[in-house]
Amino acid sequence: MKQLMPGNAAAARGLWEAGCAVASSYPGTPSTEITEEAAKYGEIYAEWAPNEKVAMETAFGASLAGKRSFCGMKHVGLNVAADPLFTASYTGINAGMVIAVADDPGMHSSQNEQDSRHYARAAKLPMLEPSNSAEALSFFRMAYELSEEFDSPVIVRMCTRVAHSQSLVETGARVEPPARPYQKDIAKYVMMPGNAIRRHPVVEERMRRLRAWAETADINRVEPGEDNSIGIIASSTCYQYVKEACGDRYPVLKLGMAWPLPDDKIKGFAASVKKLVVAEELDPFIESYCRALGLDGVEGKSLFPLEGELSQNLVAEKLGLPYERGTKLDEPLPARPPVMCAGCPHRGLFYTLARLKCTVLGDIGCYTLGAVAPLSAIEMTLCMGASVSAVHGFNKADRANERRAVGVIGDSTFMHSGMTGLANIAYNQSNSTVVILDNSITGMTGHQQNPTTGYNIKGDPAGKVDLESLCRAMGIRRVRVVDPYNLKECEEAVKEELAAEEPSVIIARRPCALLKYVKHRPPLKVGVDRCVGCGSCMRIGCPALSIREGTARVDATLCVGCGVCAQLCPAGAFADTGRDA
Amino acid sequence: MSTKNIMIVGVGGQGSVLASKLLGRLLTGRGYDVKVSEVHGMSQRGGSVVTYVRYGASVASPVIDRGQADFIVSFELLEAARWLEYLRPGGQVVTSTQRLAPMPVLTGAASYPEGLLEKMRAAGFSVDALDCVALAERAGNVRSVNLVLLGRLSRYFPDIPEEAWREAIEVCVPEKFLELNKEAFALGRSTGS
Repeated sequence: MKQLMPGNAAAARGLWEAGCAVASSYPGTPSTEITEEAAKYGEIYAEWAPNEKVAMETAFGASLAGKRSFCGMKHVGLNVAADPLFTASYTGINAGMVIAVADDPGMHSSQNEQDSRHYARAAKLPMLEPSNSAEALSFFRMAYELSEEFDSPVIVRMCTRVAHSQSLVETGARVEPPARPYQKDIAKYVMMPGNAIRRHPVVEERMRRLRAWAETADINRVEPGEDNSIGIIASSTCYQYVKEACGDRYPVLKLGMAWPLPDDKIKGFAASVKKLVVAEELDPFIESYCRALGLDGVEGKSLFPLEGELSQNLVAEKLGLPYERGTKLDEPLPARPPVMCAGCPHRGLFYTLARLKCTVLGDIGCYTLGAVAPLSAIEMTLCMGASVSAVHGFNKADRANERRAVGVIGDSTFMHSGMTGLANIAYNQSNSTVVILDNSITGMTGHQQNPTTGYNIKGDPAGKVDLESLCRAMGIRRVRVVDPYNLKECEEAVKEELAAEEPSVIIARRPCALLKYVKHRPPLKVGVDRCVGCGSCMRIGCPALSIREGTARVDATLCVGCGVCAQLCPAGAFADTGRDA
Repeated sequence: MSTKNIMIVGVGGQGSVLASKLLGRLLTGRGYDVKVSEVHGMSQRGGSVVTYVRYGASVASPVIDRGQADFIVSFELLEAARWLEYLRPGGQVVTSTQRLAPMPVLTGAASYPEGLLEKMRAAGFSVDALDCVALAERAGNVRSVNLVLLGRLSRYFPDIPEEAWREAIEVCVPEKFLELNKEAFALGRSTGS
């Protein structure tokens, strides 16, 4: 029986059915659930690695050892893992190795909207691209067959709308792939110049064979239409938008493989239609390829934007088909941006940094919301780990910055790529101050464990990296722990460490308020007779607080009793229920 | 049949996931092709969130575009207003009358529009509004607003017997919350005109 399944769960099912035995990933929206779901299958050893590079190398090692392996990541994670990616293309694999990369057109939860298809071309690797859950399942299965047939890691590119959409799938049984015992092969697996020079032609030959495979593969198929005045090339979720907008009106070349592209199939399709249109999100990847094939009349980015997602209405509009536009309410509506949750332990620390007028170089996580009004504390967010490295550069460029600049990074992000930046601070001696926001979880992606939490992906006890010892071992002598709910303690720590004439780390430690084991205190109450309506408590941007009719109000359904607001109240209006320990 | 579209909108953390799961179960159980689409990550942190539920003989796109929704089911009044552009002509809004002030309103940078319900109706939108929070509390837990809303929505599906909805609830809701959620559903379905 068919069942409704999110794309990421279907991907995990495909891994399992293909006999995948080892999965190592770093969480990142919209890729996270593939590995979470894979971890639910007893036959798959699954783990969270500290970062995507480690995950990919782990998967490579498992492939070398003879087990079908997997690593998954979001698009920017592939930047981190690009180093092993490019050379694993040269070595090839032993048992099948599949890499999932999930792009986020529209940036629902990302810092850029890079197009990962470029990696497949640059690293000379095959890339499959499912358009719904059923294809996610079958393409992940197929990816292992391809991987072993062509001695190559295979990338499967997901996107937000495939990863996080549920559609019907039919599940199958698990296959146990034939054993591929590890065999010593220095010429294949040791990529020093003498060997790599011999492997490069192997890679080019593999691409030629893959291109021939792409010509005959039924995942690249022509769907006939009633009107050949236009022919559309599409893949991934764009294919679904095209079918929604056009039905069977125009012929469609549906590509299940983003790289390599089938030259003859594309040329043949182009010859069968009057006008060739490529409907693709982000970069003109297929379109540029068509131009290189000499198909100069192709239309793509002349119609569709380079930015954001396509949709059925956009496709209909650009192809001149009728569509309903909808009617807005003629009324200005306030936006509803995401905010730090009530009781978020990051709030107190950001309030302190804003109050002390620090220059805060931030990082990737829930705490990026420290850049949002009214806190408006973070002044830079670039990529995982950049807070630590950049504050060092900021201070080296102008030593006066050492008195006010702070790098702020989460526990999981610090393990991912903050550690190396801290080694640089310790080694090259800037008087930099780094704050590690240790909320004991990877928050933004939905509560994944990491090396500092002491639990593994299944929630079982695991090794635990001690942040204080780690920082000290790197050569940071000034390491102190504060409670971010305690504003006085935070302020003292930040002032002292900024003034210190040596590198320092402040660990602001308190578990995420959304964690199930965290016990909440009763909601605060406002003493209406004491509140003067000054709005001091509103400076922390807590969604549980508001001022109505000149008095502060607490939304008891949201408040978790953290008491940070009470510490800001000059009138002691929260005094009765304020924090006591 | 042509594809039908239901949008569930609200504020991150309000419980739209269970509502879409339940609809997915209900509609696949009736033999439809179904697609359900939601977005995870940053927007879930108290931001404006939307879930798309589409069903029919064969569904292609996982998302609902402007002018296409047969129903907008909203946990919050401002969010109902925000997504109206997605309603098809003649479409139906089913909304809770709850008002949750977004951060720009809390900080005083913007104000929560007054008389939204009346303005929506005056603009010609068909809006079925009810105090879902009060009904959820009456059912026994304020968190059961989602089932109150689904109960209300169920009135617009004369072809789907109440029993099918109840079966979907039984499959999707944990045993210990079952009676509470069934009660919330019943209150949403039966209250008012």
